[in-house]
Amino acid sequence: MPGNDMQNEQPSYFTSRLDKAIGWARKYSIFQYPFVTACCGMEYMATACSHYDVDRFGAGLPRFSPRQADVLFVVGTISHKMAPVLKRIHDQMAEPNWVVAFGVCTCTGGFYDNYATVMGIDTIMPVDVYIPGCPPRPEMVLDGLMKLQDKIQDQHTTGNRPAPEARPDIL
Amino acid sequence: MPMETTQTPQSDPAELESRDMMLNIGPAHPAMHGIVRIVTKLEGEQIQEAEVEIGYLHRGFEKMAETVDYNGVIPYTDRLNYVSPLINNMGYCMAVEKLLGISVPERCHYIRVIVSEISRISDHLTCVGASAMELGAFTVFLYMIKAREYLWELVEKVTGARLTVSYCRVGGVKGDLPQDFAEPCAKAFEETRKVLKEADGLLTRNRLFADRMIGTGVISAEDAISYGITGPFLRGSGSDYDVRKDCPYAVYDRLPFDVPVGTHGDNMDRYLVRMEEMEQSMRIVERALADMPPGPVLVNPETGRPIPAAEMVDQAKMGNIVSISGTSAVACPTLEGANHTQHPSIATDEKRVFLPPKEDTYGNIEGLMQQFKLVMFDHGVRPPTGEVYFPVEGANGELGFYLVSDGASGAYRLRVRPPCFAIMSALSKLLTGDMIADMIPTFGSVNMIGGELDR
Amino acid sequence: MKTSPLIESVTDRFPDVVLASHTYRGDATVVLGRKSLLKVAQFLKEDPAFEMNFLMDLTAVDYSAFGKRATPAFFASSGVAVKPSPQIPDEDPWPGPPAESRFAVVYHFFSTAHKHRLRLVVPVEEGDAEVDSLIPLWPGANWLEREVWDMFGINFTGHPDLKRILMYQEFEGHPLRKDYPVNRRQPLIGPVN
Repeated sequence: MPGNDMQNEQPSYFTSRLDKAIGWARKYSIFQYPFVTACCGMEYMATACSHYDVDRFGAGLPRFSPRQADVLFVVGTISHKMAPVLKRIHDQMAEPNWVVAFGVCTCTGGFYDNYATVMGIDTIMPVDVYIPGCPPRPEMVLDGLMKLQDKIQDQHTTGNRPAPEARPDIL
Repeated sequence: MPMETTQTPQSDPAELESRDMMLNIGPAHPAMHGIVRIVTKLEGEQIQEAEVEIGYLHRGFEKMAETVDYNGVIPYTDRLNYVSPLINNMGYCMAVEKLLGISVPERCHYIRVIVSEISRISDHLTCVGASAMELGAFTVFLYMIKAREYLWELVEKVTGARLTVSYCRVGGVKGDLPQDFAEPCAKAFEETRKVLKEADGLLTRNRLFADRMIGTGVISAEDAISYGITGPFLRGSGSDYDVRKDCPYAVYDRLPFDVPVGTHGDNMDRYLVRMEEMEQSMRIVERALADMPPGPVLVNPETGRPIPAAEMVDQAKMGNIVSISGTSAVACPTLEGANHTQHPSIATDEKRVFLPPKEDTYGNIEGLMQQFKLVMFDHGVRPPTGEVYFPVEGANGELGFYLVSDGASGAYRLRVRPPCFAIMSALSKLLTGDMIADMIPTFGSVNMIGGELDR
Repeated sequence: MKTSPLIESVTDRFPDVVLASHTYRGDATVVLGRKSLLKVAQFLKEDPAFEMNFLMDLTAVDYSAFGKRATPAFFASSGVAVKPSPQIPDEDPWPGPPAESRFAVVYHFFSTAHKHRLRLVVPVEEGDAEVDSLIPLWPGANWLEREVWDMFGINFTGHPDLKRILMYQEFEGHPLRKDYPVNRRQPLIGPVN
């Protein structure tokens, strides 16, 4: 596979410049799919609108189809009823794609420790950036977005991301 | 999604057989404000049947309320109708106060009314803005979110948080309004009025907007009442039921305001009702600020400003006690507004319900005991056994809290009567007969908030 | 109309079905037998003195754990029980749970003409958890009854389509019952965590 070959060979000046250029292009043209469910959606709206403009990061155009998007913002609590729908949406996204867990309900379930809530979407899909907060202030969202941009910049052009960390078994 | 195609077995066009098409909209759909699934049966563009499926945001609010104590439910109530969280807080706290049989000071009532109305304005801004965006008016959405930011900054000055505030407590509020609240409030309202005027100019007489909104999503007042619909949705159809006028609570009976009522019951009337309600809410707040009984003024008589506690301690260490004697200290930035002198105006004086001011907690043994008895696990607010129902006017209609207590430190059963549940149950009736494109403005004017609908 | 006249009118009209009544904290409440719910509801809606055109709320309460919360120990290891602080006293106390039955279905009515409210409580046994549906009178009762079925498992005879509304169809159990532990998870996908 061409991807594997590129990983194994010694990085040369041109391929590393190319990676950086592609990373630069990708990180400044984020087409996000805002999967908005709950209260965090209000802070997402506030971040996306004129006061805390997210368009200046190149992420101002939400695509409302997962096949046209590359970042999945999971905004708000995911219940068990909604989880299969979310998984399906994630599966429909083409590589390279990234997932942002926006709000503490998506990171770890928040304070809804009950029968109805998924305790963190990283149990059902790999997550790249966790933005905690209930809801996170727009400044935190922009910080998370910048961390995502760093991650996109450093990612290899084939889109291979390192294997996800195993979740510690603390329960 | 499965599609039924038309069959043409004969070449004679008069005998073309056609079947209805089933179109599944949602649960993840850009035009759905929350997550809801509408399965429509279409004949061409017209909706023959619509089945609405909810429950995608069910977070077990009522079950969680049974596991925490009375004050611990307040963060959960914030997240019910998350665009107007202060109204939910207030409704819940007033329900518990009704159960306890206590009353709060008058200034506290005024404070609650003021922040509730500010919350109501931000809810209507979000609703009208979002539904305008779905009809293509993206600029109006940006303008209204801009106005909402001003209001949220105002809420942040009072409560410390923009959205999930947890401001009210059982027996009072967390802290008094800041000393200089009237001026930022006036500025925020001036900006909001400007935005409302612009939005009105852009939308109300706009041919595109009016054509999509007039005559769509029509429901009569009797039908709305039989479904249990209240709030701006009902008032757009002609009935003037408003909990603030008909079953007044807090100090609403002393504040003059009008209740806008529509006539046709279509989306345009509901939009106009919401726009006018925002103006009326601003009127209520301005009058409440003028009429409010004054709170204590917390300043250092020498310099004219309150002293932070650290500074007071430093002055005392240097032996400079004379200038600070008789002055209050600001205990902690997060406790602003809950100082010793402000405490009587924001909290009931029933000691078994509300925490003492922090100066008393750390200063004398009675305050410490009161704090201990309220905070330690399974102590706390213990109402008598009973059941109450308390309705407030939420942004979508009558938000009722039904509370059953068995004398323990937490609620035995807490039920929220969600206003948009009733409206969503009528949605299938509203959509039938309209075209598929009319679903967007109708659903926008429902103002479905998932946190409230599914709890 | 004031509160107690409401209850008196209902009791006068239906003397043999009203089991109890009270006006705790000013809320007029009538406890009814299960069989006569539809009759009384129709009377409330149509009688000109009541004109209860709003069915505001329809919910249920599970009284099986009423007053039974165990007093916790001060520290988990100490075993020293903490006496709960005394309640705020009440001069006009509540009569208590409506009957010996496990469930009670609670209806809240409101009239826009007379601006009065009434609460109807219908005790329901666990083994025979069935109540008449109020859909013929108020179509808004459709979803409210589905929610009570979903959360409590109480059947409504005459309901056209009694299925789950807030939980997914594959969910087993009724979450708001007191014997359903709050964090027993039944995920559709993903691990049980």
